[in-house]
Amino acid sequence: MSATAQEIPSVTSSRKPRKGVHPVILAVVWIGALVWLIPIVGSVLTSFRSFEDFTSNGFWSIPESLTLNNYIKAWGQMGIDKYLLNSFIITIPALIGCIMLASMCAYALVRFQFKLAKPLYFMFVGGLLLPFQMLLLPVFRLTNDLGIHNTYWALIFFHTAFQLAFSTFVLRNFMKTVPASLFESAMIDGAGEWTIFLRIAFPLMLPGIASLATLEFTWIFNDYLWALVLVTDNALKPITTGLANLRGQFTTDYPLIVAGSIIACTPTLIVFFALQRYFIGGLTVGATKG
Amino acid sequence: MVQTPIRTVNRQQRAFNQFLAIFSFLAVPLLLYTVWVIYPTFRTLYLSLTDWDGLPGPINFVGLENFQRLITEEPFQKSIVNNILWIIVFITVPTSLGLGLAMVLNTEVKFDRFLKVAYYLPLVLATVVAALVWARGVYSPREGLLNSFLALFMGDAAYKIQWLGDPNLAIWSVIGAAVWRQVGYVMILYLAGLKTVDAEVLEAAKMDGAEGWTLFRYMVFPMLAPVTTIVVVISVIDSLRSFDMVNIMTRGGPFDSSNVLANYMYLSFEDYRMGYAASIAVVLFAISLVFIFFYLREVMRQEEGQ
Repeated sequence: MSATAQEIPSVTSSRKPRKGVHPVILAVVWIGALVWLIPIVGSVLTSFRSFEDFTSNGFWSIPESLTLNNYIKAWGQMGIDKYLLNSFIITIPALIGCIMLASMCAYALVRFQFKLAKPLYFMFVGGLLLPFQMLLLPVFRLTNDLGIHNTYWALIFFHTAFQLAFSTFVLRNFMKTVPASLFESAMIDGAGEWTIFLRIAFPLMLPGIASLATLEFTWIFNDYLWALVLVTDNALKPITTGLANLRGQFTTDYPLIVAGSIIACTPTLIVFFALQRYFIGGLTVGATKG
Repeated sequence: MVQTPIRTVNRQQRAFNQFLAIFSFLAVPLLLYTVWVIYPTFRTLYLSLTDWDGLPGPINFVGLENFQRLITEEPFQKSIVNNILWIIVFITVPTSLGLGLAMVLNTEVKFDRFLKVAYYLPLVLATVVAALVWARGVYSPREGLLNSFLALFMGDAAYKIQWLGDPNLAIWSVIGAAVWRQVGYVMILYLAGLKTVDAEVLEAAKMDGAEGWTLFRYMVFPMLAPVTTIVVVISVIDSLRSFDMVNIMTRGGPFDSSNVLANYMYLSFEDYRMGYAASIAVVLFAISLVFIFFYLREVMRQEEGQ
């Protein structure tokens, strides 16, 4: 649809309307944006204040002094460092596993003409919207039966399997845009399917994988429910349930909790700002083609 | 007749080779998906008809008893009402705000990148962090951002407002925080959708004198219909999935006033009322199915359009 508009340049058509936005509307958008940022900017400021300053002077006061103590305390004493490490130990293998398997799925669903290709694809699409609660009890039980409840493996396996639906969906649509002739000429040269997959299809999927990986990283890293259900040992908790746990212990010290929260967000924020274009690309898959 | 057997063998051989190839790619992912997603889905359907208490041992089949009990119990009724409120707010407020923002930011606006980031930054934060920030930083009665701001106008009376502690306010406060996260998401979806709107068609309409609201109402909005379908489905599904926010901010309290199905299901699981918890999950699933159907239909339509 969009291709026609882009390929034929015409003098009259411009991608964006020429008339500017009404100043009042623009002002509302600006005020809205600033209001939207208040909780975030406020949190960052709060994290540099001392507990006494914050409680006695309130949120809107000018900080008496700025301190890094909350961060130092959160990192060492509260064990945020340990939780953060756990999050990476869980997220990275799950991410790699999920993308490897999903790219295999995507390749098979696009490359081969077989009756089950469409039904399998729709099974994955349907799985995208499944309520997590529908899986909670059997998955909890399954990890117990496999003896992996309360280990990193429980979360690694579950995330790998559950995220297959979305990942296959994204990569399969990405694969669809690759001309089939590329594979056929490789076929004629005598290459086997796995060679074609590894040498041609996988490298071609890399831009799609970049979008997918930024999004999946954020999702797996930020998961709360499954971490809550599958890992109860404090030493193994990822950052999300770790933080929730700390909230219980340090109920009153908000600046400390906020410092911990900001540390918790740093990896996803880095991924987001470094790969913003891919992140947005990933989010909009499914809503529009391409 | 003489030649065909060789060909059939070849064809069979080729079909078998293709089957092997397909199998080698799909076996592992499908096995994983079946064990961790497909089987659990059906297992939960079965468990909802039992009185399983989470312990190993015989599981008793009790028919629809869980569901009968469910509809008479107050926490469930409150949860379902709250889920409906959540859905209504989600398909109206963030959707229209996100669409409006997308319309504005799709034009030539200075600092549009900053504005976009401001609106979708909340989406990048973990829900756990967003929930902590809102529960403690924004809604906290004494030092929270909201009450200390209101105090500038209302004086000390503002400090009495219990955003999360008042049963009449709690659910609205939680939904408010969730809306804060959702607006940017909808905006991104519509911005992507607007890129596919045919600029030439719009230009032609403008030549015919269509402008402002008319142009939007009769040209742009209808062209965005597929995006709107997806946005509505995603909003509903996100509403039904709302767990993190509720669990962290209020745990469904006070007195289940801010409970939702996803959280109520989790609390029942914590209480070892597994069969009962499964039946709540099935209710959630049943509501989701309607929207999964709409979503699938939209995806299928795009599929045929290729």
